[in-house]
Amino acid sequence: MIESHLPAYIALTFLLFSVLIPAFGLWRNELSQPLAVIGSGLAAGFSIYGFFTYLQLGSIRYFFGGWEPPIGIEFVYDGLSGFFVLVINTVAFFVILHSHHIAKKEFPGKEMPYYALAMLMMLGFNGMILTGDLFNLYVFLEIASLAGYAIIAIGDKQAPYAAFRYLIIGTAGGTLYLLGVGFLYTITGTLNIIDMTAMLPQFAGSTAVVAALILMIVGIGVKAALFPMHGWLPDSYTYASSSSTALIAPIGTKVAAYILFRIILWLFGVELTDAVVPFTYIIGVLACIGILYGSIMAIAQTEMKRMLAYSSVSQIGYIIMGLSLANPWGFAGALLHVLNHAVMKAALFMISGQLRLKEGHSNISLFDDTYRKKYPWTMAAFTVAAISMVGLPPLAGFFSKWYLALGTIDNSNWLFLAVILISSLLNAVYFFRILENVYMMKPDKGQKEASDAKRNEVSGSMLWPTSILAVSLIVIGFANAVIVGVLLNIFPM
Amino acid sequence: MDLSLVPLLAVLVSLVAVIPILLSSDKPNLRETWTILAAVIKFGLVLLLVPGAIEGKSVELHLIDLAPGMPLALNADPLGVYFAVIASGLWIFTSFYSIGYVRGAGEHKQTRYFASFAVCLSATIGIAFSANLLTFVLFYEILTVATYPLVIHNESKEAINAGRKYLAFTLTAGLLLVAGSAMVYIYTGTIDFTPGGVFSGVELPHTAMLVLFIIFLGAVGVKAGIMPIHSWLPAAMAAPTPVSALLHAVAVVKSGVFAVIRVVGYVFGTDVMASYGLGDILIVIAGATIILASLIAFAQDNLKQRLAYSTVGHLSYIVLGVALLTPFGMQGGIMHIAAHATLKITLFFCAGAIYVNLKRKNISNLNGIAKVMPWTMAAFTIGSMGLAGIPPINGFFSKWTLALGSLDGDMVIPVIVLVVSGLLNVGYFFPIIYRAYFKPGEGLEGYGEASPLMVVPIMVTAILSVLFGFFPNLFFGLYDLAVNISLSLF
Repeated sequence: MIESHLPAYIALTFLLFSVLIPAFGLWRNELSQPLAVIGSGLAAGFSIYGFFTYLQLGSIRYFFGGWEPPIGIEFVYDGLSGFFVLVINTVAFFVILHSHHIAKKEFPGKEMPYYALAMLMMLGFNGMILTGDLFNLYVFLEIASLAGYAIIAIGDKQAPYAAFRYLIIGTAGGTLYLLGVGFLYTITGTLNIIDMTAMLPQFAGSTAVVAALILMIVGIGVKAALFPMHGWLPDSYTYASSSSTALIAPIGTKVAAYILFRIILWLFGVELTDAVVPFTYIIGVLACIGILYGSIMAIAQTEMKRMLAYSSVSQIGYIIMGLSLANPWGFAGALLHVLNHAVMKAALFMISGQLRLKEGHSNISLFDDTYRKKYPWTMAAFTVAAISMVGLPPLAGFFSKWYLALGTIDNSNWLFLAVILISSLLNAVYFFRILENVYMMKPDKGQKEASDAKRNEVSGSMLWPTSILAVSLIVIGFANAVIVGVLLNIFPM
Repeated sequence: MDLSLVPLLAVLVSLVAVIPILLSSDKPNLRETWTILAAVIKFGLVLLLVPGAIEGKSVELHLIDLAPGMPLALNADPLGVYFAVIASGLWIFTSFYSIGYVRGAGEHKQTRYFASFAVCLSATIGIAFSANLLTFVLFYEILTVATYPLVIHNESKEAINAGRKYLAFTLTAGLLLVAGSAMVYIYTGTIDFTPGGVFSGVELPHTAMLVLFIIFLGAVGVKAGIMPIHSWLPAAMAAPTPVSALLHAVAVVKSGVFAVIRVVGYVFGTDVMASYGLGDILIVIAGATIILASLIAFAQDNLKQRLAYSTVGHLSYIVLGVALLTPFGMQGGIMHIAAHATLKITLFFCAGAIYVNLKRKNISNLNGIAKVMPWTMAAFTIGSMGLAGIPPINGFFSKWTLALGSLDGDMVIPVIVLVVSGLLNVGYFFPIIYRAYFKPGEGLEGYGEASPLMVVPIMVTAILSVLFGFFPNLFFGLYDLAVNISLSLF
């Protein structure tokens, strides 16, 4: 009966490999990355299998050791958690598969701790998504965060400082969340999400509930880099090593977004969330500001990783905005964007890593059309991902925008609609700038002539994961109706 | 014979041809064979659809769902077939001409050029056959992206700036189209193009309808070159001339006016347009564009720029015809799509031949060239007379129908606009012909006609223009099609 144990298997796989990697890695350092690939591959396989099981059999509630709540710990594998687990584990698998050469170059000899920490962080992320208990969620959040701080600190000279800054802000966020959970526990006497969902409507309008909601949204908002709590993100993503950024950027903020979905749409419900203060609208407006701010800051950057980091601030805004719309189209658009953005950003950060590996930098102003000759496939993958980010059909990025637009119009929310449209244009500005350089910019005089540029494509272990992600953007685009059909069924109202 | 797959094949054939074009990049003759082959097959496939279209039948094909309840669907209805015949037919001539041009001018990156061209044609036919707004958005955006490499082909500073401008305008338009389509879906529950519109039975406040119309106007108006959002078009003349010829006289801008017809006739519907007073807005904009563009054309010394502004003006003839909301007006607009296509492609072909042959771009340098390029200038004369509306060339006939349509709607001002614009057309084309034939030329010794690959297509399109003037129904029943389409919308 593998089905009924699947939720546990997914998380435990990462736990197992976070122990196996140090054990084998101390003996043979070069075994660390293959082990991590196996671990994340297994977890991704379980997640895919699990999601199809969910589609056939419905949600799974898994009680550890057979102990039911409130005594025992529970994992809930429903549509929402199944979908997020599927997305983050699949993308993580490709990123880890891709990271071999980059890890060797950027932090030689530290592969063992890096991959062990990566497994721990993935354990934390999966636990946050799967757990059915608000306090356990905090525990997993701290596991993921502590591992994350360490992973970010492996990088440039400034990386430890960026990681320290993230640690301070992130810990404050985690603490606020815990405080909110404390409030709810005092009122309801339970920490189990399903139990609490049933009890909360009795306390609608109570000050403690409102306080708890604010604390939790702010606390998780920090982790999700929701404007104006995004300050830690650009530095962390820029200075961390390329493989760390590629791992954290596509999935870290998504997991925090998952918690916001769980809290607002499931635990409280939109009615209760907006009972006293229109919170959904407020976070929607914050998301809008974040979208525009992130896009404008991205245009101002000359360093590709930093540009992508600001772009992440902007893109997480789309997801939160879809949540704030609280209608089926917005919900579907937001979740589809979780998938799309994870794939796009993973591909883009992986490509920036490839460029850093080959060229030693990823400074956009130094890009010229020799790159096209040197890395034709890398640049083709970049073009696909960039066009998807801009949101042109039939690539995946267009469709999340389409559903979000439907959602905003359904709510007659013209402000949000305008923000989506303007932000797409801003995306076009900062991505076409790179494409222009790569495909048309003649190299400066003094440098070697363009005709001298020889093909110098990265090795297959990097090219394949990047290419698969790029191709999957086209596949997701054409198959999105199927995905959205499933997502619309998950919508709780 | 089962035709249900023909629309799809017609869209795909040039897209598939991209692969052999890319693979044979170092064998130019083989590469160009693929282009010609794809063009001929595409035209043949489109022609298969013509008999049904004349009888008013459509060929529908649902592929996959692009979104729940919103399929990727093709519908080769009479209007779509009409546009597809023109676009795919002229692609054949442009392909031959392109070969002569890029080789004569020694252009770089020819493979990219021919590959992008093929994608553009797929997108154009896709636009023609789109059955609903979402499918339309898909092909509209593909056309934008595929045209970009052609606009920036020279990779000069000017071309790159033109490319930026082009993207800024067309991407904004695409976003407006996305927003408008989403609004239509939320308001009416459908995004299918329906003759007579989708708003029957839907009551919207006047302002909401007005805003929605303006959003759509911005979305389709950019490619249709209506003022004040036309300025990408003259800038895009930085592209090689065959690109200007096909894309900026036939495919891209005609996709724009085609979209205007779709929006007016198949989304809003002529009744809604009339009852909300939306047609009047369009008449004012189109009329102003016609006059202003003709005036600006006077000031251009660069031949391609003058042709570009002439294009802006003539596109608004079509928009004006649609905006009149009378059967004759619609018919005249649809006819002018074909008329302007053959005439303007002839003129651009001539401009390109002059440039490749004599390396001259400016009108002030064209003195006496008719002596060395007699065929080219004869074709140029036919083209400009047609655009000025001189019978019996085909431009006259569409203009006449437009005038009828305007009188049909008890409107006199559009007729005046048409007459004044005709005079202005004569005014800005005549000096070119005068210089070429009657002023003594300099430095023309040793020059002759351009290569036959260019001159033959020029002559063919010019002769086509004349033949269509005498016998509007001669080929493929285009006149009957225009009449039927127009009647089906009222």
